[in-house]
Amino acid sequence: MSANSLQLCLLFSSALFCIGLTAALSRSNAILVLLGIELMLNAANINFIAFWRFGPTPAPATGVLFVLFSIAVAAAEAAVGLALVIAIYRHQKNIRLQEATSLKG
Amino acid sequence: MTLPIQLLWVIPALPLLAASIGALTPRSGRKLAAGTAIVAMAAAFLVSCSALLGALAEPAKHAFYNFAWFDLGASSVRLGWLLDPLTAFMCVMVTFVGLLIFIFSTGYLREDENFARFFCFLSLFAAAMLGLLVANSLLLLFVCWELVGLASYLLIGFWFHKPAAAAAAKKAFITTRIGDLGLLLGMLWLYDSTGSLLFYDAGQGILEPDTLGALAAQTTIGGLAVSTAIGLLVFCGAIGKSGQFPLQVWLPDAMEGPTPVSALIHAATMVAAGVFLIARVYPLMAADQALAGVPFHALTVVAGIGAITALLGAVIAVGQNDIKRVLAFSTVSQLGYMMLALGVGSWTAAIFHLLTHAFFKALLFLGAGSVIHAAHHEQDIRLLGGLRGPMRLTFLTFAIGTMALAGVPFLFSGFWSKEGILHAAHGWSVSPLPLYAGLAAVVLTAFYMTRLVAEVFFGSPRSHSAEHAHENPAVMTAPLTLLAVCAVALGFVGTPAWPWLQARLNGQTAVYGHSLLEGGGLMILSIVLVALGLGAGWAIYARRPRVSQTSVDPLAANAPRLFAALGARLGFDEFYAATFGRMTAATATFADGLDRYVFDGAIRFLIRLGEFAGLVNRETDEDLLNGGFDAGSEALRSAGKGYSRAQTGDAHSYLRVAAIGFVLLVLIIMLGGLR
Repeated sequence: MSANSLQLCLLFSSALFCIGLTAALSRSNAILVLLGIELMLNAANINFIAFWRFGPTPAPATGVLFVLFSIAVAAAEAAVGLALVIAIYRHQKNIRLQEATSLKG
Repeated sequence: MTLPIQLLWVIPALPLLAASIGALTPRSGRKLAAGTAIVAMAAAFLVSCSALLGALAEPAKHAFYNFAWFDLGASSVRLGWLLDPLTAFMCVMVTFVGLLIFIFSTGYLREDENFARFFCFLSLFAAAMLGLLVANSLLLLFVCWELVGLASYLLIGFWFHKPAAAAAAKKAFITTRIGDLGLLLGMLWLYDSTGSLLFYDAGQGILEPDTLGALAAQTTIGGLAVSTAIGLLVFCGAIGKSGQFPLQVWLPDAMEGPTPVSALIHAATMVAAGVFLIARVYPLMAADQALAGVPFHALTVVAGIGAITALLGAVIAVGQNDIKRVLAFSTVSQLGYMMLALGVGSWTAAIFHLLTHAFFKALLFLGAGSVIHAAHHEQDIRLLGGLRGPMRLTFLTFAIGTMALAGVPFLFSGFWSKEGILHAAHGWSVSPLPLYAGLAAVVLTAFYMTRLVAEVFFGSPRSHSAEHAHENPAVMTAPLTLLAVCAVALGFVGTPAWPWLQARLNGQTAVYGHSLLEGGGLMILSIVLVALGLGAGWAIYARRPRVSQTSVDPLAANAPRLFAALGARLGFDEFYAATFGRMTAATATFADGLDRYVFDGAIRFLIRLGEFAGLVNRETDEDLLNGGFDAGSEALRSAGKGYSRAQTGDAHSYLRVAAIGFVLLVLIIMLGGLR
C-alpha cells in the first residue's frame, strides 16, 4: 500500500514537473516561464515530502524542514527573477524572452 | 761665480718659462711677451757664462749629475746634466746669438699681429736647444732634439697663411724625421747593447772606455763593428737636422719663415745641433778607428758626406737669385765643412767653425733681414741693388760677414776656423778627396758671396722698393754691429799660434801653440783660392753691375744650361718628387686599394654574414616560434568561437538543452540499470 502511495506521489510529481517544463519551454512571456519553473520546483518539493513520508526510516520532520527551506529559497528566487524581468522590461519595453538575447556569444 | 752642476737645468728652464708666459699672453701683450723672452734669454746667457767659468776651471772633467726619471720594474730610466767645455761654449753661443736675434726680431716683426706668439715659439726653441746641449743622456737629447724640430716647424710655418710657408714647414718636419728615425733606431740599439743611454756615468756611460771597447769588439751584419753601425744610425739624425746630403732639400725651403728665424734656427743654432751631436758622441764614432778588419769606419762616412755636402751647397749657391736662398745653401755648405772636420778626426776644428759660423752667419742673415725689411720684403737680388749708400751700416756689417764667410785672411774668424778644417783634412791619411772638395768650396764660397754683395749693394736700384730703402732703427742695427765685432774677434781664440779654444775643448789647461804660419803651404794655397774667388766675383759682377732686373746673369750668358740647372738646385727636389714622392704616392694608392678592397671587402663580408645570421634568426623567430604560437592561439580562438555559437543568449534554448540532458541522464540511469 505504502509503495503504491509512493509511486502515486512520484507519478504526480513527475506530471507536475512535465507540466512545468512544458510551460517554461513553450511560453515566451518571462513571467509565465517563471511560473513553470515554480511548478518544477514544487514537483521536487513533493518528491522530498513523499520520500520522507514513505521512506524506510521516517526521521522526525527532516523532509518538511527541507521543503520549508526550499520554499524560502524559491520565494527569494522568485523575487530576484521578477526583479530581472522588470529590469528587462525597462531595457526593451517588453518581456519576451526571445528578444532578450544580448548575452549571445 | 761658478754654477753648481745640479743647477744646470736653469739654463733651458729660463727660456721655457718665458715660452709658457708667452703662450698665456694675449695677442695684445706684445711688450710682455717680447720683454720676458729677452730677459729670460739674457739671464740664461749670464748663467751660461758662469757655467763656462766653471767648465774652464777644469776642462778635462766631464761634470755630470744624474737622476732617476722613472722606475720600470727593476730597471730605472735615468737622465742627467752634463757640463764640459763643449756644452758650455755652445750654451754661451746659443744664448748670446739668440739674445741678439730676439732683440733684432722686435724690430723686424714690429708690424706683425702675432708678435707675442712669435716670441713664445722663439723661447720654446731656445729652451729645447739649450736642453739638448746640457743633456747627459741620449734620451733627453733626443727629446729636446724633437722639440727643436717642432719649434722649427712652428717658426717656418709662422706665416702659415702663405701656402709656400706651410709646405716648407711640412717639408722640413718630414725630411728631418727621416733622419730622426735613424737616430731613434741607433738609440734603441745602443740601449739594447749597453743598457744605458747616459753619456757619462762614472765608468758605466756609453762614451766611456769600457762600454766603447765592448761595443767595438762585437761585429754585426757585413762585418761592421756594432759601434760603427750605431754611429752611422746616429749620424742619420745629424744628416737630417744639419741638412747634409742627401737630406739637404729642406733647409733652403725653410727660408719661407721670418728672417730672424732663418738666422737663429737655420743658420746659427739648430742646424748646428747635428754637428754638436756628432761632436758629443765623438768617442762612439771614433771607437772603431783602431779596428783593422772592418770594411769602413764610421768617421769615413761622415767625412765623405761632409765633403759632398760642402761642395754641393757651394755649387748650388752660385745659381740662386733669392738673397736668403744663397745664404741657405751657403749654410748647407758650411755645415758640410763641419761634418768633414768631424770625419777627418778633428772635432775641435768642427766646433770652432761651428761657433765662428754661428756668429757670422747670424750676422749675414740678420743683414739680409735688414735689407728685406728696408726693401719692403723684396728678396730677389735681381730687383735689389745700390743699397750701399742708403744702408751704410747694414752694408758694412754684411761685408764683414761676407769676408768672414769667404775666409779673407788673418782678420776674420772664418779664415782661422776654415783653415783649421783644411789643415785637418790635409792630415787625413785615408783619402785626399775631402781636402780637394774643401778647397774647391773655398773658391766657390768667395765667388758666390761676392756675387751676392755686388748684386745687392752695388750698381743702381732696380725696383721701386729698392729705391726707397732706408736704414733700419738701432734695435736692428745694434745686434748687427755686435755680431760683426764677434765675427772678427772670435777668430783670435783659435789661431794656430794660440789655439786656446781647441785646447780647452780637448780638456787641456795649457795652450801649446805652433807658429802662426803652421802648415804654411796649405795656408798660402787657401789664400790664393780665396783671392781667386773674390777676384772672379768682382770681375764678373761688380765691375759691370747689373743694369736692369731683366738683364741676363753673366754666368747664364756663357753657360745657360749649367746656370739653369744650378738655379733649379740641380733638380734634387724634382728627383725626390719623381722617385720617393712617387713611391710614396704609389704606396699610398696601394694602401688605399688594400683598405678599399681587401679590408673593406672583409668587413663587407662580415656585414653580409651578420645580415644573413639576422635573417635566419628572424625567419626562425617569425615562422617557427611566432608561427607556432600564432597557430596555437588561432586554434584556441576558433574553438572559442565554436563554443560561443552555443551561447545564443536565448533562455529557452538553454533550458531546452538542460531538459534534453536531464532526460538523457534519466534514460541512461534507467536503461543502464545502475545500482
